[in-house]
Amino acid sequence: MKDGVNGVALGVFIFFFLAVTVLGFLAARWRRAADPLHLDEWGLGGRSFGTWVTWFLLGGDLYTAYTFVAVPAAIYSAGAGGFFAVPYTIITYPLVFLFLPRLWSVSHKHGYVTSSDFIRGRFGSKSLSVAVAITGIIATMPYIALQLVGIQAVLDVMGVGGGDSTNWFLKDLPLLIAFGVLAAYTYSSGLRAPALIAFVKDALIYIVIAVAIIYIPYKLGGFDDIFNKAGAEYAKKTNGVPRGSLVTGPKAQWAYATLAMGSAMALFLYPHSVTAVLSSKSRDTIRRNTTILPLYSLMLGLLAMLGFMALAAGVGGKGYNAQLAIPQLFENMFPSWFAGVAFAAIGIGALVPAAIMSIAAANLFTRNIYKDLIKPDATPAQQTAVSKIVSLVVKVGALVFVLTMDKTVAINFQLLGGIWILQTVPAIVGGLFTRWFHRWALLAGWAVGMGYGTWKAYEQSSPKQSHFAGNSDMIPWIGEKGYIGLTAFVLNIGIAFVLTLVLNALKAPAGEDETVLSDYTTEAEPTPAGPADPAPGTAPGLPEPAGA
Amino acid sequence: MPEAPPDPRPPVITPTRVLAGLCLLAPFVALLWVNSYSRLTPAFIGIPFFYWYQMAWVPVAATLTYTAYALVRREERARKGGGVK
Repeated sequence: MKDGVNGVALGVFIFFFLAVTVLGFLAARWRRAADPLHLDEWGLGGRSFGTWVTWFLLGGDLYTAYTFVAVPAAIYSAGAGGFFAVPYTIITYPLVFLFLPRLWSVSHKHGYVTSSDFIRGRFGSKSLSVAVAITGIIATMPYIALQLVGIQAVLDVMGVGGGDSTNWFLKDLPLLIAFGVLAAYTYSSGLRAPALIAFVKDALIYIVIAVAIIYIPYKLGGFDDIFNKAGAEYAKKTNGVPRGSLVTGPKAQWAYATLAMGSAMALFLYPHSVTAVLSSKSRDTIRRNTTILPLYSLMLGLLAMLGFMALAAGVGGKGYNAQLAIPQLFENMFPSWFAGVAFAAIGIGALVPAAIMSIAAANLFTRNIYKDLIKPDATPAQQTAVSKIVSLVVKVGALVFVLTMDKTVAINFQLLGGIWILQTVPAIVGGLFTRWFHRWALLAGWAVGMGYGTWKAYEQSSPKQSHFAGNSDMIPWIGEKGYIGLTAFVLNIGIAFVLTLVLNALKAPAGEDETVLSDYTTEAEPTPAGPADPAPGTAPGLPEPAGA
Repeated sequence: MPEAPPDPRPPVITPTRVLAGLCLLAPFVALLWVNSYSRLTPAFIGIPFFYWYQMAWVPVAATLTYTAYALVRREERARKGGGVK
């Protein structure tokens, strides 16, 4: 498979990469605001994005390069189970429709930059807000690392950076260059860079999928043949166990449904989702987006079909790395120049989320650890400076992760990340609707959920891996296999509920709530000019005086 | 406090909101009930039922969410006294 460098494909790839780099640096000037030093500018793009920019940004953010590689790879490896990503990304939008407009409104009113800012304001609890912030940061870092894995897969198939014989520096040089460039323009342009690049990324992805879904079945003899061949491949047994199946068996259905549900609940609480949502300019922008974002889910479904095509086309062999299946399919099927376009789509598809994720993690650190715990009187300009530096640190951390550890470690942590993020649901989503939960009860529920989820995930083993081999386990009392994250979530919310009753009965002090009911439904002010600072005196608990 | 909430608070549960809620609920019922679609036939242009059925839910769910949005938005405007049209 590694038959030297594919010159034409590499040329096309480099062309798009350079174009995107220029765009990334120019983005600093796009919609420049009056006060570029405020964290709202670098970290939230000035809270100014309208419906379409938000659509591209969120699409570019949530449907990552890793998704493009991993979802078809899961289908390629085992069949139907991997398709849960489709129902998952369908049911996430009705959920988003219910709670994110409320988060947007309250954040807009009080100048919150992160979900932890909201937790602190709502529950008056720094320990809870720090817990949520740390959860977000540790869940995001391996996710950034996986974006690099996505780029690596493409570079491998193109014949650069691959090859086990070359020394490590030359081998990783292309990845280092890609990452250096990404870090530089994120540092200088902030969220505006990925927002602008997302247009290119999504356009490329849509073109590639549209062509692939027509051209490849045409070359392989139609979907009938593809599914017949794939079905035959899944039926082949190793050690008496078939490779996979075309439909979920009765035993796999609980896992399928709980994975879809749990992932759907977690998706929009990832820091990078919150960052993109808060950068939009109005409450209605988000609601409208829940009705147009499903277009990406359709694309994801079509993309998943490529997993069957790779199988039918005979990509791979014994002990093949499934993550390479899709890039390899493109190389085998497409003419070189179009394979280059497809590789660019995946590569750029990694850059956009990696940038947003590092910005989101940096915002969390700056707002909820640096400002809340270390330097409470930090000015907005100082916060921006810290955030920019942290965005670099986070990316370097992810790079070290990918270069020094086995890829499965990053995948394990990403799997854990989903379980962890799910444990912030009671505090964030609960807090958006009710003040009933007690802050200490939420903290206890969070701790138990995190502990249980991590422990159970650690216990999963397979013939290949002794730990973290999967994300499903027996659900206590139900006796079916289901998503560990969702079981942990139920445990979490049960504890929060019981402890709230107990703590309220004991009259434990509830924290101060700086929000009022109407904050959760407020719309943007009609005056579009200038950064949206609430008039002085309207928000008594505002964390800092408005203005730089 | 600035803007005091309008005095007689409008009811939280209204027929419009119930309808919107049902629109949002439908995809959950359909897609989490895996047994209802876990089969190969009828196939569509060679794609087994399991796959095309779930993909068909994408536009259906999007339309339902849009319906919920339109319903809620209409009610919000009515509550503001029809100031914004």
